[in-house]
Amino acid sequence: MTTLLLNAAVLGGERRDLAIEGGVLVDPATVDSATAEVVDATGLVALPGLVDLHTHLRQPGGEQAETVASGVRAAAAGGYTCVFAMANTNPVADTPAVVEQVHRLGLQAGLATVRPIGAVTVGLAGERLADMTMLAQSAARVTVFSDDGKCVADAELMRRALEHAASLGGVVAQHAQDPHLTRGSVMHESPLAAELGLTGWPSVAEASIVARDAMLAEVTGARLHVCHVSTVETVEVVRAAKARGIAITAEVTPHHLLLTEELVRSYDGRFKVNPPLRAERDVLALREALADGTIDIVATDHAPHAPEAKQTAFADAAFGMVGLETALGVVQQAMVETGLLDWAGVARVMSTAPAAIGSEPGYDAPLEVGSPAHVVLVDPDARSVIDVDRLHGRSTNSPFLGVELPGRVLHVWHGGTRTVADGRVGVATEGAHR
Amino acid sequence: MKHLLTAAMPRDEAIALLDLAEDMHQIQDRELKKLPALRGRTVVNLFFEDSTRTRSSFEIAGKWLSADVINVSGKGSSASKGESLRDTGLTIAAMGVDGVVVRSGASGAPALLADWIGKPVINAGDGTHEHPTQALLDAFALRRRIHGRAARGKGLDGVRIAIVGDIAHSRVARSNALLLPALGAEVTLVGPAAFLPVPAADGTRLGLRAETSLDAVIGERPDALMLLRVQLERQAGKVAPSVGEYITGWSLTDERLARLGDAAIMHPGPMNRGLELSSRAADGDASTVLAQVTAGVSVRMAVLYSLLASDHATDQRSADHRPADHRPANDGGLR
Repeated sequence: MTTLLLNAAVLGGERRDLAIEGGVLVDPATVDSATAEVVDATGLVALPGLVDLHTHLRQPGGEQAETVASGVRAAAAGGYTCVFAMANTNPVADTPAVVEQVHRLGLQAGLATVRPIGAVTVGLAGERLADMTMLAQSAARVTVFSDDGKCVADAELMRRALEHAASLGGVVAQHAQDPHLTRGSVMHESPLAAELGLTGWPSVAEASIVARDAMLAEVTGARLHVCHVSTVETVEVVRAAKARGIAITAEVTPHHLLLTEELVRSYDGRFKVNPPLRAERDVLALREALADGTIDIVATDHAPHAPEAKQTAFADAAFGMVGLETALGVVQQAMVETGLLDWAGVARVMSTAPAAIGSEPGYDAPLEVGSPAHVVLVDPDARSVIDVDRLHGRSTNSPFLGVELPGRVLHVWHGGTRTVADGRVGVATEGAHR
Repeated sequence: MKHLLTAAMPRDEAIALLDLAEDMHQIQDRELKKLPALRGRTVVNLFFEDSTRTRSSFEIAGKWLSADVINVSGKGSSASKGESLRDTGLTIAAMGVDGVVVRSGASGAPALLADWIGKPVINAGDGTHEHPTQALLDAFALRRRIHGRAARGKGLDGVRIAIVGDIAHSRVARSNALLLPALGAEVTLVGPAAFLPVPAADGTRLGLRAETSLDAVIGERPDALMLLRVQLERQAGKVAPSVGEYITGWSLTDERLARLGDAAIMHPGPMNRGLELSSRAADGDASTVLAQVTAGVSVRMAVLYSLLASDHATDQRSADHRPADHRPANDGGLR
């Protein structure tokens, strides 16, 4: 089937037609418009399919909160065509059996490509390296290794993991959190935490690990990726490391681009996340860093939790927020509407760059003829209050419920297959995209 | 709906509450210590954490106001703690109780319960957050010590108070840091660095001046020294000072006591004699320790009365059920 997208603002710029045929983008001039399915994209921005380098799909082991199938529905609704599934499942994704199971569930679910992330250490225990070669050579083709949720705190283990990942052409994505500086921590360490009587998570616990890891990346020549940068201090460390030529990349979450610790005043567990919501100066520094390239990408850290894990005392609540469906709207509000990033920049930080870090092919020439047809049409002028109907995963622990956000994902094609039409997520009928 | 979740309240409200407690305090001189004000009301003491003195004080306060007081221990496994907090709260509310007094190890738990259960909630201590009735009783006892029976209507203007101990982990310190300055007192926080809360950009901690040297603060001749209970073995983990280190720097020893003059010696209890203060300090004329305990019942009567009697129709309550016309005019701290 051939699909014609008429008059789209491609990457927010030039208005032109796009054509999809055989799973790839083709020259619209070669398409017979009489037989093609036509979508009027007037007033809509065309973006490449979004890629999330940091998603918790919870399967296996956390099916009360999310499954691969429900998670990719949320992903599709948010404009994502590829998600990297974090390894902190139960059992942990530290064996070929688990990553291949997640890979297979992703193929069955369709809607988006699921790329399993492999654990760095067995059981995320931080004690000995997982069989990274076997994970890389499995059917799941693991290229990203992470103990996310836990920090690889042992410096020697981190060094060896970086060396090993480099030899496999992969990258280590570090959850930077010094465990000794964050015992019992539940929110940003600040005068507000002192006032609320909650144990603080100091900024230095993140920046100090990133500084150490950057030096390890330098001596090993390996690629290091820093998960969810949350503080101005870490931004400065990453900036200095890049200036030294170290192969370091960094991500920021949508919630750290928009929300501050002030929300914790309510003691509402929805606002508990790791790393925690920080101060306004951090939020502003993170936006600047994303705009100037110090921070390479936006990654959701989509972390579903069942209601009972959140409706409890703040110290007892689970860490994490869902974010796939709201990410693009948050980025539009925090980055586009502030003039810090244009839509081409959004495509870079939410699609091209994360695909490159994760070695996912097909995203290097966004919306160009010959590329796989991963396409998103966004209405940038829509504004709506986020309610639970907008969430397509199993869990509703969004910090944005009741918040008005701009933009609306209207149509999504994943490898030429329509996954979202008029804002509605399609039935997962497609087979393996690749 | 009104709650007492925090000691943060405007000066006039705090004074009105303390004045109401003065009225309640008169009952201590009576042979029959019973007012009919809360007859037919049921108060549940929901204590997720062990407590003898606070629970007993609330129980006596409720009973002297003729409320039916039920004690519920909410202790559960740590994994189910949060779940049982909500479910236990909803269950108790569904039984038709009129008010819930909550003690929890989790900061913010009373605020969440207040949102969930739709009944008046009184915070009887939540984690390392607040203990508002303790601050009220401390203010009451100190005001009485300074102004005697002429305390009504007065604040603590110009009174210099040093709070000593593990400020960072103390709910007593937090509530006092809010209430005492609102009453006009000048409060200084004192403790080893690991026990002081995170400073703000202007160097204040909890909005107050903080010092590490108790000797220097004693040299300033404060009007009152409030010594907090310290639990060196667990509260600050590895970084807490040893017993010897604490006594050397922060204990109210006999030697320091001699330099204090007639400053009031306050302690919320239970005391670790020899650690926070010497026995001579605890038992001397300047000690307000037992007066604080007595004040606790009066203050808690005032709080229960304010929250539970106020939303009943006036015709259900004859005027003489009210001990005096010193009810709080409004309730900023009493949300």
